[in-house]
Amino acid sequence: MAKGWSLGLAALLAPVTLWLGLFFLVPLLFIVAYSFGTSGAYGGITLGFNPGNYLLVFDPLYLEIIVRSFGIAALTTLLCFLLGYPLAYFIVFKGRRWRNALILLVMVPFWTSLLIRAYAWVVILGGNGIANKSLQFLGITDGPVDLIFTPEAVLLGMTYSYLPFMVLPLYAALEKFDVRLKEAGKDLGASRWQTFLRVTFPLSLPGVIAGSILVFIPSSGEFVIPDLLGGSRTVMTGNLIQNQFLQSRDWAFGSALSVILGVLLLVAIMFYIRRVGTDKLEGA
Amino acid sequence: MAATSKGSRKGTMNGLPDWGLLLGSVLVYLFLYAPIAVLILFSFNSTRSTQVWSGFSFEWYGQLLADPTILQAFRTSLTVGVIATLIATVIGTMTALALSRHRFRGQSVADTAIYAATVMPEIVVGVSLLVFFVAVRIDLGITTIVIAHVAFTISFVTIVVRARLAGMDRSVEEAAQDLGASPVQTFFRVTLPLILPGVMAGGLLAFTLSFDDFVITYFISGVGSSTLPLKIYSMIKFGVSPVINALSTVVLVATLFLIFGGSRLLVRKDNT
Repeated sequence: MAKGWSLGLAALLAPVTLWLGLFFLVPLLFIVAYSFGTSGAYGGITLGFNPGNYLLVFDPLYLEIIVRSFGIAALTTLLCFLLGYPLAYFIVFKGRRWRNALILLVMVPFWTSLLIRAYAWVVILGGNGIANKSLQFLGITDGPVDLIFTPEAVLLGMTYSYLPFMVLPLYAALEKFDVRLKEAGKDLGASRWQTFLRVTFPLSLPGVIAGSILVFIPSSGEFVIPDLLGGSRTVMTGNLIQNQFLQSRDWAFGSALSVILGVLLLVAIMFYIRRVGTDKLEGA
Repeated sequence: MAATSKGSRKGTMNGLPDWGLLLGSVLVYLFLYAPIAVLILFSFNSTRSTQVWSGFSFEWYGQLLADPTILQAFRTSLTVGVIATLIATVIGTMTALALSRHRFRGQSVADTAIYAATVMPEIVVGVSLLVFFVAVRIDLGITTIVIAHVAFTISFVTIVVRARLAGMDRSVEEAAQDLGASPVQTFFRVTLPLILPGVMAGGLLAFTLSFDDFVITYFISGVGSSTLPLKIYSMIKFGVSPVINALSTVVLVATLFLIFGGSRLLVRKDNT
């Protein structure tokens, strides 16, 4: 392990510093600067110190969208946890020789395009879609009902899309688990539930936290799924930002929204890294 | 390992709760795969409907091949993916070497920066790059797409390669240096061959991320250049059609081939 700075180390780190500095950090500083600017009538921007863009966030119209976005992201995280934990538990402890195949089945959707998976739900939930047909067939509804373009459709689409992001870190955490601890719990007279709550679950907590972050962050900034499944009735922060940049061309307000989203999520991450450490994240 | 199988066999003998767990897991797998199955099924439908099955046909695949804009988008995605992957893999591997083979002041800052780049919401990365490119007057197009894709994939390559470096036996490297090899010789003759599976896995991840990226590309692609995900998005916005199902099926199958081919390659490399 080489200690301290050397020419070789500087050479190894130069490309990443340049690339991420120029094309990740500097652009972020640009939107911080823009967020304090004033948008002109024709899409131009005057830099300065104008806190008005941040104050605009507290307009009830926008505040409602932002709060709802975090609400939907939190619900998505909860649903992914409720569906994902039993699945990860099943794969690790009951999967036996199919364990690798079962986890691979979770990884395949993880690798496939999010856009395509959202489209699948556009088709299913659409006016004459299979979901509507099934509801009518079962006699629950008389005619086509609005399934798509609802908050529930967005929640469903997001849970579907981000479920693998929850299962994989949970699997990684549970896989490292020493089964003898469970047996020890049992030998000491603990019931299955007691063993689970006192031993298994606490030891899998890093996986739960990593999975929750991996689901919560993309969910709260999500733009494609509410765009395709939420329509104009379920606008999220991501759609609001997109709108400021590509339609209303209020780049200053759009920048302020992006800064708020980025800062809130980075604070969450810092908090996590302080508590659990990056090595656990890597395990995910 | 023996403990694991013994533990699970014991578990299944406990009866009912395990059946609940099994049933729940089967339902979650159904939830994950049924929409994709429906999507693929209707790409072979003989009528324009993506809902009512009328019979088998390859019609929509024919239309897919006949559409020059789709082929053009595919070419753009492939070009961007290959160039961005090559650059990101080289830079990411260098970064991983620096972070795992050296202890230096500012290392935790570097670590945090690498992770920050992976967790920053895509939309924030997308709009900040848009603002930046417009401000410094770089024309939006293939160049800006490649720059952006390299920027968001470097960290992923770094993380994957670093994991491989962490699991590597360092004594071989030390032996090479004791025998008089220079650090550069040691890297190309000893270290690189040993971490190659990790480097290739990192590259594969970078390519898939680049090929599938929609959000960041959406903001910085400009008018002229459309990647495959952008093309799919505009088709969905235009209306549901079995052609999108056919295109999606092709992309899904291609991704699967890439991953399974890649992972088999990696497994073989691992064993030698």
